[in-house]
Amino acid sequence: MKPFAYHQPGQIPDAAKLLTSIEDSKLVAGGMTLIPTIKQRLASPVALVDLSKLGSLKGITDDGATITIGAMTPHAVVAASRLVQTKIPGLAALASMIGDPAVRNRGTIGGSVANNDPAADYPAGVLGLGATIVSSTRDIAADKFFLGLFETALEVGEIITAIRFPVPLKAGYSKFKAPASRYALVGVFVAKFADGVRVAVTGAGPGVFRVPPMEVALSENFDPSAIAAIKIDNDGLTSDIHAEADYRAHLVTVMAKRAVDAALS
Amino acid sequence: MGNVIGIGASPKRKEDQRFLTGRGNYVSDIKRPGMTAGVFVRSPHGHAVLRGIDKSAALASPGVIAVLTGEDVAADKLGSLPCGWGISDAKGVPMKEPPFPMLAQGKVRFVGDMVAFVIAETPGQANAAAELLTVDYEVLPSVVGVLEAVRPGAPQLFDDVPNNICCDWELGDKAAVETAFRKAAHVAKLSLVNNRLIGNPIEPRAAIAEYEPGTDRFTLWTTSQFPHVVRFLMGALVLNIPQHKLRVVAPDVGGGFGVKQFHYGEEAVITWAAKRVMRPIKWVASRSEGYVSDRHGRDHVTEAELALDEHGKFLAFRVNTLANMGGYLSTFGPNIPTNLYGPLLGGVYTTPAIYCNVKVVFTNTVPVDAYRGAGRPEATFVLERIVDVAASEMGIDRVEIRRRNMIPKEAYPYQTPVLVQYDSGDPMGCLDGALVAADVKNFGVRKAASASKGKFRGLGYSTYVEACGLAPSRFAGRLGARGGLYESATVRVHPTGQVTVMIGTHNHGQGHETTFAQIVSEKLGVSFENVDIVFGDTDRVQFGMGTYGSRSLVVGGAALSKATDKVIAKGKKIAAHLLEAAEVDIQFEAGNFSVAGTDRIKSFEEIAGAAYVPHNYPLEVLEPGLEEQAYYDPVNFTYPGGCHIAEVEVDPETGTVTLVNYTAVDDVGTVINPMIVEGQLHGGIVQGVGQALFENAVYDEGSGQLLSGSLMDYCMPRADHMPMMKVATHSTLCTHTPMGVKGCGEVGTIGSPAAVINAVVDALAHLGVTHVDMPATPNRIWRLLQNASLPVAAE
Ligand SMILES: Cc1cc2nc3c(=O)[nH]c(=O)nc-3n(C[C@H](O)[C@H](O)[C@H](O)COP(=O)(O)OP(=O)(O)OC[C@H]3O[C@@H](n4cnc5c(N)ncnc54)[C@H](O)[C@@H]3O)c2cc1C
Repeated sequence: MKPFAYHQPGQIPDAAKLLTSIEDSKLVAGGMTLIPTIKQRLASPVALVDLSKLGSLKGITDDGATITIGAMTPHAVVAASRLVQTKIPGLAALASMIGDPAVRNRGTIGGSVANNDPAADYPAGVLGLGATIVSSTRDIAADKFFLGLFETALEVGEIITAIRFPVPLKAGYSKFKAPASRYALVGVFVAKFADGVRVAVTGAGPGVFRVPPMEVALSENFDPSAIAAIKIDNDGLTSDIHAEADYRAHLVTVMAKRAVDAALS
Repeated sequence: MGNVIGIGASPKRKEDQRFLTGRGNYVSDIKRPGMTAGVFVRSPHGHAVLRGIDKSAALASPGVIAVLTGEDVAADKLGSLPCGWGISDAKGVPMKEPPFPMLAQGKVRFVGDMVAFVIAETPGQANAAAELLTVDYEVLPSVVGVLEAVRPGAPQLFDDVPNNICCDWELGDKAAVETAFRKAAHVAKLSLVNNRLIGNPIEPRAAIAEYEPGTDRFTLWTTSQFPHVVRFLMGALVLNIPQHKLRVVAPDVGGGFGVKQFHYGEEAVITWAAKRVMRPIKWVASRSEGYVSDRHGRDHVTEAELALDEHGKFLAFRVNTLANMGGYLSTFGPNIPTNLYGPLLGGVYTTPAIYCNVKVVFTNTVPVDAYRGAGRPEATFVLERIVDVAASEMGIDRVEIRRRNMIPKEAYPYQTPVLVQYDSGDPMGCLDGALVAADVKNFGVRKAASASKGKFRGLGYSTYVEACGLAPSRFAGRLGARGGLYESATVRVHPTGQVTVMIGTHNHGQGHETTFAQIVSEKLGVSFENVDIVFGDTDRVQFGMGTYGSRSLVVGGAALSKATDKVIAKGKKIAAHLLEAAEVDIQFEAGNFSVAGTDRIKSFEEIAGAAYVPHNYPLEVLEPGLEEQAYYDPVNFTYPGGCHIAEVEVDPETGTVTLVNYTAVDDVGTVINPMIVEGQLHGGIVQGVGQALFENAVYDEGSGQLLSGSLMDYCMPRADHMPMMKVATHSTLCTHTPMGVKGCGEVGTIGSPAAVINAVVDALAHLGVTHVDMPATPNRIWRLLQNASLPVAAE
């Protein structure tokens, strides 16, 4: 780890100003991703801007048709939230499957979504539910937010303040854990709304993506059997020492079926 | 007589008091006055010519004290890291033994090979300077797999090691085996890979070195399983430090599993550097650094053939193995896939003819050496797998074929055709016990229940034996050992009757402080809490070969037992004098010396007091004091073994294997502390399950990069992978160790991989699957099912 300056601003605009005025500065939320990278000297920011004093970024609110989760809300809080468990049980379940207890107590939804790890769980929930990423400057639709491997629509100095989730009729998440890391080797989030179904896949490729043929089939018949025969193309999927692309493609179908099962149960 | 806690009791472990209250003393806890920080610069390439190193920027970096490279090592004329075993081929030609410089010279041969050592005031400064070191590499193609390494045209690691073959080793009667194969009614064949493993002790390796100019003495604190051996190898063979000027301390060590039983270059570099900079230096490896520098384990590619008669009797066994040595020979490296492998191929069976050829091969990978089980899990896996293959091909039940070939209890001692002679055992008894404990009778019911959920259930057996208690020195010497393999213990009775034991083994999780204290408590009748065990410091302990190969109780415990006997013998002499009786009439029982048939008695404490205050004492014939020492060299290996039964459930949709039941009935000889033995079995089994289902060290062919270089990519077994295990012992007593003990440190790891894989194959047998390589990952199982064209599971 190289030495760095540390700031703990009390207001969002102050945080944004620090980020734009100090070159090579970085936001730190739960630090579960950022701190290990700094320790391994893979990242060496000159300054860290800690979001933990920004109280307005924490907590979960019920807006009726939507649920808003503050960016600094840890995974464990989402997993244990009565509100989330009642309104979007699939999302509470997703949060409970992230990492281990220590990671869930420190890691935040804002950090996870901003980081956009190709194997992270939240991106599947955010894209699958068609959520809105609320930042210090604007609202960004999930469909426009995730731009592939660790890339997002966030600009320099832009801070995620909350994620706004529309409440679906039904939703479910199924995760096949990578054996060692227990990130998603393949994770599929399925959400049924009055106007159709959304299916989002994480872990299988370089970034989270939707599966239109499954969405069509499930919109007609929200049952695992409706998608059992839908195979996704291996092309563009990840092959690594844990899983080859065709196996990941196969798992997308299996996990999608199980996600529908979870949504129905 | 106080609180005797003896053989067969399960007191809580003495050492856990300090571990559970955070009071352990590990190398990285130690701080020395004026201590500096050292960092190793390691090769990022698998294979490269080292054209030059520019130190100037690193030396100019803040806080830097020195930067040392292979050129400095060469200038100081230091020795190569020694290999403790010299094996030979069938014609007696010694193995190729290229030098292993402690800092690379001329070439680097694996990712992680050390090229420089940077010493600075703080770890941060040392790391920063290390990044500024300019190393000019001419990158060469790497070869990482054994099959690739022996192919014509493969990259050559050493100019004088053609085809990268270190030694073409063999064992057994080749001609007899060929004759038997010609007469066979059936020949079973199997090709398999024994996957490469990384040990992952919870405490990374670390070292501190200090030089005292006033006494011209060096002290090395190191995470080692055998400090005396490090003192010998490093002092005598690498750094030319006289033994009396070198102290090696291995304090509390957080797990070893073999990874810490080698003399590492880091130890030599830091000790040498401490004198050059005249300051203490500390180095602590990061986990990532451990992945590319801790010695790896296993890594075999094997072809095996078993010849059988028409009744399924084994006639002959032939095994050809290519074993990966990595980039250099580590301390025990060439011994593991040869002497600890071939002699175990007889297993618990009466196979009359066995031949084994092992080509020991250099590759651009971390050196490979002993890892828990070391050679014996590999042998067990080949044998127990091919027995199942043969059974299935011949239509004989897997238990039945084992029974038909098992060495009956009455046949012990049993001479195998591959050197070793088993002194005792009862494999059939272990098998029978395990069949009951595993409720094999009702397996069909459980299998049907799984099938109704769309899952495939399988049962796997492994009836195995291993050789441990390393080792009878004379025998080992004939096999190529360059040192002795005895153990030593000193029993120091204090004037007040408490006891301190100095023993040459090293406790790094095994519970020796408890087990050894129980032996002393039982034998001397002293309170358990009045016995302390000292180990891990060459200045405090007379000598020792350390802990590995399940030898501590078998060899160290035997030395302790003998030293204790000497204390009793001397005590009897003192008692005879004090009680005015003949020595032959003195009995020692329950902590008291008495004259047989009388009520004249002296307590152990009184005798100890008299030994140190010899006013009324036979000084003419007996020295005062009560302290005895024994060295013990075993007459044979010990042969623990048993029967493991694994039960798995396979999800055909995802290929996931779940271990649902595990039963082990092991013969470990006399059990001193059942709780500790159970813990050793549990841990060993989990490590074997790790190899079978999860762990795999993967290198990239060509670049030599380690792709499984962290815990995010190298899958260790976790608590939630394991069912509750049923472990039990079915012991026969070892005939040649003083207490009948056989050792239990490695049995779990040796027996389990075959049991698990046999269970996986059984679960998939109806689809025509005959073998699954380790680890049986979901992807691998799914691929097998694809190839077996499984009908799509209905849902
Ligand atoms: C052992 C382990 C296991 C894990 N397992 C999983 C798993 O199974 N599934 C999974 O999904 N994740 C997993 N994670 C990742 C974990 O969920 C992280 O918490 C998460 O990815 C990042 O959240 P954080 O709050 O820790 O962010 P940090 O590490 O603090 O930051 C991550 C990145 O996001 C940026 N950032 C943080 N907050 C904001 C914000 N509000 N606005 C804009 N940018 C921001 C930071 O600048 C940084 O670049 C695991 C992590 C560990 C250490």
